Amino acid sequence: MSGFRLDQGGRVDRSRSISFSFDGVTYQGFAGDTLASALLANGVLLFGRSFKYHRPRGLLGAGSEEPNALVSVSRGPGRHTPNLRATAVEVYEGLTAKSQNRWPSLKTDLGAINDRLGMFLPAGFYNKTFMWPRSFWDKLYEPAIRRMAGLGEAPTQEDPDHYGAVYAHCDLLIVGAGPAGIDAALEASGTTKRVILIDEQDEPGGGALDDPALWSWLKESLKDLAAAPNVTVLSRTTAFGYYHDNFIGAVERLTDHQAELCSGPREKLWRIRAGEVILAQGAIERPLVFAGNDVPGVMLASAARTFLQRYGVVVGKSVALMAAHDSGWRDAFAHARAGVNVAAIIDVRATVDAELLADAEALGIAVRLAHSVTDVHGRLGVKGITVSPNGGSAESRIACDALLMAGGWTPSVHLWSHSKGSLAWDDALGAYVPDQPNEKVRCVGACSGKWNFGSGLVIDTLPTPRDQSRIKAFVDFQNDVTAKDIHLAVREGFKSIEHIKRYTTTGMATDQGKTSNLNGLQIASQALGRHVTEVGLTTFRPPYTPQTFGALAGHAQGDLFQPTRKTCIDGWAEEHGAVFELVAQWRRARYFPQGGEDMHAAVNRECRAVRSAVGIFDASTLGKIEVVGPDAAEFLNRMYTNPWKALEPGRCRYGLLLREDGFITDDGVSARLAPDRFHLTTTTGGAARVLNMMEDYLQTEWPELDVWLTSTTEQWAVIALQGPMARKVLEPLVEGIDLSPEMFPHMAIREGTICGVPTRLFRVSFTGELGFEINVPAAYGRALWERLMSAGAALGITPYGTEAMHVLRAEKGFIIVGQDTDGTVTPNDAGLDWAVGKKKPDFVGKRSLARPDIAAAGRKQLVGLLTDDPAVVLEEGAQIVADPAQAIPMTMIGHVTSSYWSEALGRSIALAMVEGGRQRMGEMLYVPMPDRVLRVRVSGMVFYDPEGVRLNV
Amino acid sequence: MLLIHCPYCDEARAEIEFAYAGEAHIARPPDPAALSDEDWTHYLFIRSNPRGRHHERWRHIHGCGRFFNAVRETVSDKFEVTYKAGEPRR
Ligand SMILES: [Zn+2]
Repeated sequence: MSGFRLDQGGRVDRSRSISFSFDGVTYQGFAGDTLASALLANGVLLFGRSFKYHRPRGLLGAGSEEPNALVSVSRGPGRHTPNLRATAVEVYEGLTAKSQNRWPSLKTDLGAINDRLGMFLPAGFYNKTFMWPRSFWDKLYEPAIRRMAGLGEAPTQEDPDHYGAVYAHCDLLIVGAGPAGIDAALEASGTTKRVILIDEQDEPGGGALDDPALWSWLKESLKDLAAAPNVTVLSRTTAFGYYHDNFIGAVERLTDHQAELCSGPREKLWRIRAGEVILAQGAIERPLVFAGNDVPGVMLASAARTFLQRYGVVVGKSVALMAAHDSGWRDAFAHARAGVNVAAIIDVRATVDAELLADAEALGIAVRLAHSVTDVHGRLGVKGITVSPNGGSAESRIACDALLMAGGWTPSVHLWSHSKGSLAWDDALGAYVPDQPNEKVRCVGACSGKWNFGSGLVIDTLPTPRDQSRIKAFVDFQNDVTAKDIHLAVREGFKSIEHIKRYTTTGMATDQGKTSNLNGLQIASQALGRHVTEVGLTTFRPPYTPQTFGALAGHAQGDLFQPTRKTCIDGWAEEHGAVFELVAQWRRARYFPQGGEDMHAAVNRECRAVRSAVGIFDASTLGKIEVVGPDAAEFLNRMYTNPWKALEPGRCRYGLLLREDGFITDDGVSARLAPDRFHLTTTTGGAARVLNMMEDYLQTEWPELDVWLTSTTEQWAVIALQGPMARKVLEPLVEGIDLSPEMFPHMAIREGTICGVPTRLFRVSFTGELGFEINVPAAYGRALWERLMSAGAALGITPYGTEAMHVLRAEKGFIIVGQDTDGTVTPNDAGLDWAVGKKKPDFVGKRSLARPDIAAAGRKQLVGLLTDDPAVVLEEGAQIVADPAQAIPMTMIGHVTSSYWSEALGRSIALAMVEGGRQRMGEMLYVPMPDRVLRVRVSGMVFYDPEGVRLNV
Repeated sequence: MLLIHCPYCDEARAEIEFAYAGEAHIARPPDPAALSDEDWTHYLFIRSNPRGRHHERWRHIHGCGRFFNAVRETVSDKFEVTYKAGEPRR
């Protein structure tokens, strides 16, 4: 027989019947039921199959500690949540749940063969068996293990729900709304403190929900709290982690219990900073360890009472109790008083409180002291138990259809442990209790080890006349770890609980050993012959219970994963069909296809336009820093490799920035506007890093320098005009600047106006052509862009993107920091010795350039590569070898950093880092690819217009 | 998430406003060229990594932007004190 609903009692709303399904069968429950209570009321005992042995399992607990009854809930495409505890799933109309880890069905599970073969699956089985040969792992072992020993299936479709998040601040956060937590909240409600009381269940009350005598108190208390303006009560909210300085993470479940999905978020992540925290998390009852303690129908006595009192559901027609603690007696009495037959109370203790014995007698319950359950009959449900006197071999059988276990209590110190509070062992409780806090936090009620559940005997395993090595007495129900496994681990030499845990996997399941840790520890202590405190203690870590990825990710997914930075010209690019790419967080136009052009055709056309007429390019993403102050030149002189002091106002200089270890970190062209004012540019991705580095030196190494740094990246729109016609486009639009080559030479800057807008006009070139970079206040960027487009239309002005920019600069051998360099490249490696001020006594990174390994010969150097076959474009990242005939693994002497089709040269070009590269000019090297070996010749880095005549027009 | 007291703002703010900046009180040698390779290597790479009191730098990067020093206990992760750059080692 199995569970049923009493005619009365419980907190469920019997006027609201709810229809739901489990494994395809439709059942009825009541509003206020959990999936567990509703199924139990329908006579369902079997909830799942165990992880390793596929043993049939029922409910062990009634709350979030439940290790066995894991189910999957599906509610339409993308809404599939595995590994939910049936005891924490609220029923709603249409709920569709399924059991897990069984095939083909829960009652007939082929995986259960593992149970019969149990002798072959001892502790450490996976470690021992699936080591060799290594090649078997991917194809054989892992798929087999995944099929046989899995939890629920991960959803494969995109989650259509969205998830909210909030930061909250309070003076007092109380975790757990049982009697202790509610008392603490009531006490604080009369103060001016901002109070948040959170509880994981669907209604506050905790243990009071199981005790009808407290219901009127509960009702009044909640009414008082609701009326207190300074108290916020959050139900269905799990505090999953306790972090530094009283920062608590909690997830509030908003829609999972509702039949109709609303448009609001499914869950909300609360990040709470609290002045003080009170933990009132209660305690969890401990199972007893004996043969058959996992048969469906064997459950924690406190859980049985919860089902009885809170849901009006009884686990069996005739229940027996196996107790080591007084609390179980009271649970059994509650059943007797509700009219349930209590077949027997068996207690491992020889003496118990006289009052309990008197009550048992009054209720007509047979009692056996100094006895233990030594076996449980039945496979899919309890049919009876065998009982033996402790130390004796006599056996007697008792008929019952459910067995309650009362093994004592474990304070829930999870969040306390997250906060790094210390724990003290309490011999009388057989448990760790909170000791010294590490944050402003205290524990109240059962989680502090103070409770009125009576007393008990702490026992690792129940005595039995049977051969301990031949019985399966479960310690960790979710990971299928038995007492025998722990004994085996100890015999094999494991001495610390941390090692025993990892070897046997006890406490490593999704429940983090809420019901098993203390039993595991006691057994290990017994086997090692050492006190528990010498065996060690495993650490609880967040999350307290599993949480969804959705709740933790919040809105940081898809397009909102991180901000997309757009320039003021981005809209024009989008309207003109640009294909974009992300550069750091910037969205940049990569190319502008016309008609049916592919990328190759578009880039070739854009390159031709720049070389033959004029191209226009949005360079607004360049990092920009305004450096101002009497010591500005001195500061830059110390930061950059180049000399800056002699740079005249109105002139620009290419700047190379090293880290103190001598490696290139950034570069860019910068201009001196006045003796005390510079306009710096950095790479697009390096702007924030460079500003931080400069601030660091300025604030902490050279605070005596009078210099101010201001990020101006987003203040300026930058439009590059590049090509022989650039000046012609510009001339009619500019006022106050003489654009003639004599008055405005290459690497100069002038201030004036363009189309009436103030501009800083740079004459610079990243293409090798005559070029200008027009800086205007960002708000004018798009208007100016459009004016330039119409002004240049007759001259063939062509917008080009980052791809053409890359090709054009590579044709000139200009490097891109971060593409041609990788954080281990010195100026000499990159062929940039010309940019290093030899006469400067010091600059950031200078001393490191003399380090022996950096000055050594044979370092990789940046060179050009020309393929034998001009039509072949090398793959960036491809490895380079000197001898293609050598055995694999070959000695790799370098790699390709940049590689493009050069439209101007009618062939491919590449840049590469090659060992001793500059000594190899003209040498033939090889690039092995999967299908062939490519021949390449080492060349200089400047492929186009090496004399630079095109600049001087 | 730590709460960090910025000595410039004189306010405790959440860790996400700050950036860690390595060990404190490692001054750049005034004349790097005068250092031996060994001494320079020590300056560049060798850090104390203590179990216990650690002097370290933080920057209130999403606040006032200032670098400052702190003493943090590496076992408990607790800040003992924060103080302005340039002030003597605590
Ligand atoms: Zn600050």
